[in-house]
Amino acid sequence: MRILFFLLRKEFLQIFRNRLILRMIFALPVIQLIILPNAATYEVKNITLSVVDQDHSEYSRKLINKFTSSGYFKLANYSDTYNQALDQVEKDNADLIVEIPKGFERDLIRDSETKILFAANAISGQTAGLAVAYANSIVKDFNSDIRSEWISPPRFNALPLIEITASNWFNPQMNYKKFIVPGVLALLVTLVGFLMSSLNIVKEKEIGTIEQLNVSPIKKYQFILSKLIPFWFLGLIVMSIGFLISFIVYGIYPEGSFWVGYLFAGIYLIALLGFGLLTSLMAETQQQAMFISYFFMLVFILLGGLFSPIENMPDWAQYLTYINPVSYFIDTMRMLVLKGSSFWDLRFHFLIITGFAVVFNGLAIWNYKKTV
Amino acid sequence: MKQLLTFLTKEFHHILRDTRSLLVLLGLPIVQLLIFGFAITPEIRNTDIAILDNAKDETTRQIINKIENSKYFDIDRTLIKNDQIEKAFKTGKIKLAIVFQENFADDLLHTNKAQVQIIADATDPNQATTLINYASAVIMDYQSELNSQNKLPYTINTETRMLYNPQLKGAYTSVPGVMGMILLLISAMMTSISIVKEKELGTMEILLVSPMKPWFVIISKVIPYFIISLVNVATILLLSVFVLGLPIQGSLFLLIFSTVLYIFCALSLGILISTITDTQQAAMLISLLGLMLPVVMLSGYAFPITNMPIILQVLSNFVPAKWYIIIVKGVMIKGIGISQIWKELIILTGMTILFLLISVKRFKIRL
Repeated sequence: MRILFFLLRKEFLQIFRNRLILRMIFALPVIQLIILPNAATYEVKNITLSVVDQDHSEYSRKLINKFTSSGYFKLANYSDTYNQALDQVEKDNADLIVEIPKGFERDLIRDSETKILFAANAISGQTAGLAVAYANSIVKDFNSDIRSEWISPPRFNALPLIEITASNWFNPQMNYKKFIVPGVLALLVTLVGFLMSSLNIVKEKEIGTIEQLNVSPIKKYQFILSKLIPFWFLGLIVMSIGFLISFIVYGIYPEGSFWVGYLFAGIYLIALLGFGLLTSLMAETQQQAMFISYFFMLVFILLGGLFSPIENMPDWAQYLTYINPVSYFIDTMRMLVLKGSSFWDLRFHFLIITGFAVVFNGLAIWNYKKTV
Repeated sequence: MKQLLTFLTKEFHHILRDTRSLLVLLGLPIVQLLIFGFAITPEIRNTDIAILDNAKDETTRQIINKIENSKYFDIDRTLIKNDQIEKAFKTGKIKLAIVFQENFADDLLHTNKAQVQIIADATDPNQATTLINYASAVIMDYQSELNSQNKLPYTINTETRMLYNPQLKGAYTSVPGVMGMILLLISAMMTSISIVKEKELGTMEILLVSPMKPWFVIISKVIPYFIISLVNVATILLLSVFVLGLPIQGSLFLLIFSTVLYIFCALSLGILISTITDTQQAAMLISLLGLMLPVVMLSGYAFPITNMPIILQVLSNFVPAKWYIIIVKGVMIKGIGISQIWKELIILTGMTILFLLISVKRFKIRL
């Protein structure tokens, strides 16, 4: 116990001595948490339109009006031809082309059927999909307006209609920040914890001080614990600051219990730091440790479901997420913050992350050899 | 010249000796591109949903069948009571619940109106919107089958064209994004770390007292990583053309020219980081913790810049990756020429010069 105490004092001294790193550990997450979630919005509200109106009729104007007053679209310009509009898309001045062909109104009245064309810049498939979906729903609205205007009500109601009502639970205002803030917070805690721990032991190796530790009567588990505990505290402090910022800046606080959150984060950090220390023990130089942790972090984060839903991934990628500790942490934070899930709801997450903690730390202790 | 060559040989030895790091440096772009190309897709497939059928008649059975047979949804569980819905959401797996009212078929037959409720887990608002749209489409489909004999009058049909990317492949956004991200992170991180390493281990003094000009020390550090970055560019382009099926519409020469410019920019950012840090750990924290998220989020690669608040739109102008991604998208996918991207090229050049000027000012010849 006394040995562990002295080792801990050494580690804390080393952490506090390096002011630059200490400042970065706290400042970078804080700044990023304040700034970045504001960037994360898929909300589609300013789709720029290039309109090719070749009909110039009353109803084509009405339709265009319906687009611009919907709030989703912003009229960029009128083009005379389709090719001119295409040019606007190429220059990034317009996201969506709406072409109303000649005879639009006439066909609608005479043939009871008419046609318009949408062309979307689909380099980002997601944005294009949403833009077209909104455009279609506007046309559908416009269409039923016309029908109710032109047809007497009884004939119109003669067809069986299924009425669909949709509700959004857990986030009824559809606030994207509520979704992204817990995820970014989880990510920042992960980055800080992992980067610090994965570089630590290998630094002692590179500078040569590890030999002094090896020849002293320190037990293996004491050594690993002394490396783990300081970063464990750092991680929890970063998380607390993160919670505070989420509340002050975004008004977001967990629906569920704080205790469950801290309990999970506590176990998660043990698992994560264990993995970091393992990386550190396997690496020969700090540079190597860095590249290896960069690799794992990137894969963990990309497949962790922060930006792209795991459900949409192919099966093999979904299986990979089962062995990705980061995805459990992000998921837990979200369930806790948005859904207010209880400990019992999260029991499998707890079980799995405890398993990770035991395995990684076991491997770390086993891999630490006191011989050179 | 001979001195520079000797220094270069030393650097190459350092890099080639450390096979693990080299493996990560060369393998990472491949892994990342494959993850983006195949794992991260915007399409909805096999999402788990729950069904609460209060009617249990022929019509609801047919609709449920239709939902089950669509490739978008898997029915994970069938509920019996209303209060089970919340529990089903809270344990996490299902993303959507579809509730049919009692007497669904009767109502539809006699009053021509029946109700179905779709409840989405709006934890992720976009996914919720998309899922609701898909589920509605499946139900509307059933309805129009029902009404197929009597066509609705006064119909406006819409035709949709998806420009540049008709199959809506995710690779069209991810390849430019991955290039912007990986070249910046690897080049900046690698150079800064390898320079700071000499400082931390004390070998910088030896290099500085050698007859080499201090700036040649830095140049000999940068060149090997420049070559590694070029190798990365080659693998990324080959993979994206031959594996992901992405075209290179514009001029390959222009693409490579702008990429080289971007690598210069990233390398000079790396040099800048190395002049303001003293330990490898600090250099890494800056280049990873400080660069990774901003590059992903503010470069317009994960989120459209036009939707951001004004301050962030202004801030995004300082992220080199933003300009590079615009260039790659334009040249590779749209096939535009230099006349439309000269502005971006000038901005990247300006940033490179700025980074180098600050580094020169801060570079200490004496330790």
